Amino acid sequence: MSDRYLNLVNSPLGSAVATRVGLPKPAVLRRYKSGDPILPGPVLIGATTGRVKASLIKLVTAAGADVRAAETEGDRWGALIFDATAVATPADLAGIREFFSGRLRSLLPSGRVLVLGRAADGADITVDATRQALDGIVRSLAKELQRGSTANLLLVEDEASLGSALRFFLSGKSAYVDGQPLVLGAGVAPAPKDWDQPLAGKTALVTGAARGIGAAIAAVLARDGARVIVADLQQAGEALAKVANRIGGTALHLDVAAPTAPEKLLTYLQAQTDGLDILVHNAGITRDKLLANMKPEQWDSVIAVNLQSQLSINAALLGSSLLRDQGRVVCLSSTTGFSGNRGQTNYGATKSGVIGLVRSSAAAFAAHGDSTINAVAPGFIDTEMTAKMPLATREVARRLSSLQQAGLPIDVAEAISWLASPGAGGVNGQTLRVCGQNLVGA
Amino acid sequence: MEKKVTVKTRRAAIVGGNRIPFARSNGKYSHASNQDMLTAAIDGLVARFGLQGEQVGEVAAGAVLKHSRDFNLTRESVLGSTLAPTTPAYDVQQACGTGLETAILVANKIALGQIDSAIAGGVDTTSDAPIAVNEGLREVLLDVNRAKSVPDRLKALTGLRPNQLVPTIPQNSEPRTGLSMGEHQAITTQEWGISREAQDELAAASHRHLAAAYDRGFFDDLVTPFLGLTRDQNLRPDTTVEKLSKLAPVFGTRLPGGVEGATMTAANSTPLTDGASVVLLASDEWAAEHKLPVLAHFVDGETAAVDYVHGDRKADGLLMAPVYAVPRLLARNGLTLQDFDFYEIHEAFASTVLTTLKAWEDAEFCKQYLGLDAPLGSIDRAKLNVNGSSLAAGHPFAATGGRIVASLAKMIHENGGGRGLISICAAGGQGVVAILEA
Repeated sequence: MSDRYLNLVNSPLGSAVATRVGLPKPAVLRRYKSGDPILPGPVLIGATTGRVKASLIKLVTAAGADVRAAETEGDRWGALIFDATAVATPADLAGIREFFSGRLRSLLPSGRVLVLGRAADGADITVDATRQALDGIVRSLAKELQRGSTANLLLVEDEASLGSALRFFLSGKSAYVDGQPLVLGAGVAPAPKDWDQPLAGKTALVTGAARGIGAAIAAVLARDGARVIVADLQQAGEALAKVANRIGGTALHLDVAAPTAPEKLLTYLQAQTDGLDILVHNAGITRDKLLANMKPEQWDSVIAVNLQSQLSINAALLGSSLLRDQGRVVCLSSTTGFSGNRGQTNYGATKSGVIGLVRSSAAAFAAHGDSTINAVAPGFIDTEMTAKMPLATREVARRLSSLQQAGLPIDVAEAISWLASPGAGGVNGQTLRVCGQNLVGA
Repeated sequence: MEKKVTVKTRRAAIVGGNRIPFARSNGKYSHASNQDMLTAAIDGLVARFGLQGEQVGEVAAGAVLKHSRDFNLTRESVLGSTLAPTTPAYDVQQACGTGLETAILVANKIALGQIDSAIAGGVDTTSDAPIAVNEGLREVLLDVNRAKSVPDRLKALTGLRPNQLVPTIPQNSEPRTGLSMGEHQAITTQEWGISREAQDELAAASHRHLAAAYDRGFFDDLVTPFLGLTRDQNLRPDTTVEKLSKLAPVFGTRLPGGVEGATMTAANSTPLTDGASVVLLASDEWAAEHKLPVLAHFVDGETAAVDYVHGDRKADGLLMAPVYAVPRLLARNGLTLQDFDFYEIHEAFASTVLTTLKAWEDAEFCKQYLGLDAPLGSIDRAKLNVNGSSLAAGHPFAATGGRIVASLAKMIHENGGGRGLISICAAGGQGVVAILEA
């Protein structure tokens, strides 16, 4: 459903009124469209060392960005990138202030701030404290940015996935990812033949795909070149068939929570595919109740669908040859998994559980032909479900993020399609929040 | 040099099927047309097997109750579906045998190598039924249309009568006898002495089997919900012989024996139903190229007809043609009635199934009417309609064949192989039967 408030404050009159009265002014976010330039303007790169690495310039340029070696008066920036991987002492952090402070006002709408750092590794207390400080800088800066711009932190352990990550974070595909750190590790991360069809030749399966976020994920995976199998309950079959026919995919009736689901899935994959490259565990339900009033069936069904099904299906896939090498599994968590939510002890359990699941499964998937498993945690996303919320609650919830608006199903789908792409092979065991830097649980 | 064309044959494979849940007449699909339902069934099949934009060899389907505007029903449904618009299609109509007959037709074309893939099916609505103008009114209007001058037209219009405003609603009765199908079957039921208890038991078993099949997910890849209906609307999972025994008879009450002797109720007869079904058939090569499964192969089909108008009251009952078709089919394929793992005998009425089985067991009948030295014998009733049939699922006339072909093929596949017999009776004293094998 459309965000009427967002449309209003982006009209001339609404904008003037909102400014005078001091109302929030959410921006219309720049979202990916095939053929669009990766950024609305040129890129300036800085570094703690004072000298930007040539390899970084090369990667940003390869992503299609216009990297400027020098700046002139009046330059307006599509993105500001700062390489802080060399920070070692708190005094080094001043370089970040110096680079950004004079230039943030010339960041174009829906601009990007990316800070490259390293994860604290326990080797040196001072170095670790300094590296960790980057987290606070980026999260705070993300809250200061306006007009749809975002700031994110890439913790570069290995450059295998840096090029692919730059393409995602600089483009409109990351429109609703804000204030987030992500570790880029070692892994097998080949560049696709065609960056517009990064999933060409891949077979993907999306559970819970009949509507909402699941249908959007299926559509984006298909757009990116994958052959998509959409799965949902038999009861959702009518909508599911429409999704399949819209995206040129295949419909599979599957109750992921049924004890027979893993076996049914393997039988199907064996008979009708050459193996699976991408699995998106999107199926999920809510049965909200205060814990004091929670009935056993409300508890059990949420655990079975949202968490146990993912564990069981993953175990079956890892034990078979049907998950192909460099397979990609992406699980749906939620910001509720970080923050908790009143009335959602059961749901919160599963969404936190998924964060643990991907972290602990990473090694097993890496051992399975350099595969990866990650999670995406959506914040407040406009779907059929949120359309049913009371107006006031929904309006307040929409504004409770740095981007002051709800995300769209496509925002979640873009993050998933990136994590599912060959180039993201260096990202493993992590949970990426797609929440517009939700003020709760961000 | 003279060129000679050699004709090779191959077996047609059943890849899978799709149907929408069957709805009771004037129920969930009251406002759905035959074209809506057939298109939905095709689109569900396309979604299941990823056939978007695919040019299938041909689509053959039909409907028994058909609006005159639906003269090209199947082709119109194809054009409204996500199949390639270059997919040819045609309509078939053989009463309740329509669905199975379409499967025989396309299987034969595949066997002859004329096409590599096909969709067979059928649809019927008794809710969105065609209503024709009164026959008298129709004749007057045609005369008006033929008249060349204004005075001639006015003269023709004087033929109008008030009673011509009453429309003609299609009826489930035989034009040559005026008897409804139920009344015909009631005669057969009485002639063969089929008991009320046996009929009620068969009906209860049909509901029990269909419910169990749904519960174990058997229909997960055979049925796609439509208009909010996820299971067959007629299904009563909790029905029992005891409950059924309390119903009053609806057919045969005017036969000798009266209401007391009548045995056919609304529960052991199929209700009027709306729905559609389709089956995907192909050559083995086509299935392999598309990475699709082969559930079973279509072996052979046979059609028979009886002279129910002038024939013997017991031996030539309206719905007894399959009794004659099956022995011919068995003989041609060198099989006995016992050589099957599954029997799918369409439950037009519980007593139709029971009459059919009884006739095959009757040495006298088999000798006199089927020309057999020995009766075909009995079947293992545990192999009959194991996942329910028309009494529980309902029977949208032309859609029943597709329902049975797809379900039976899946049963054989699940069984790890085997052979199944399909028997479907049809109005006009016809019967269509077939063998599937894997």
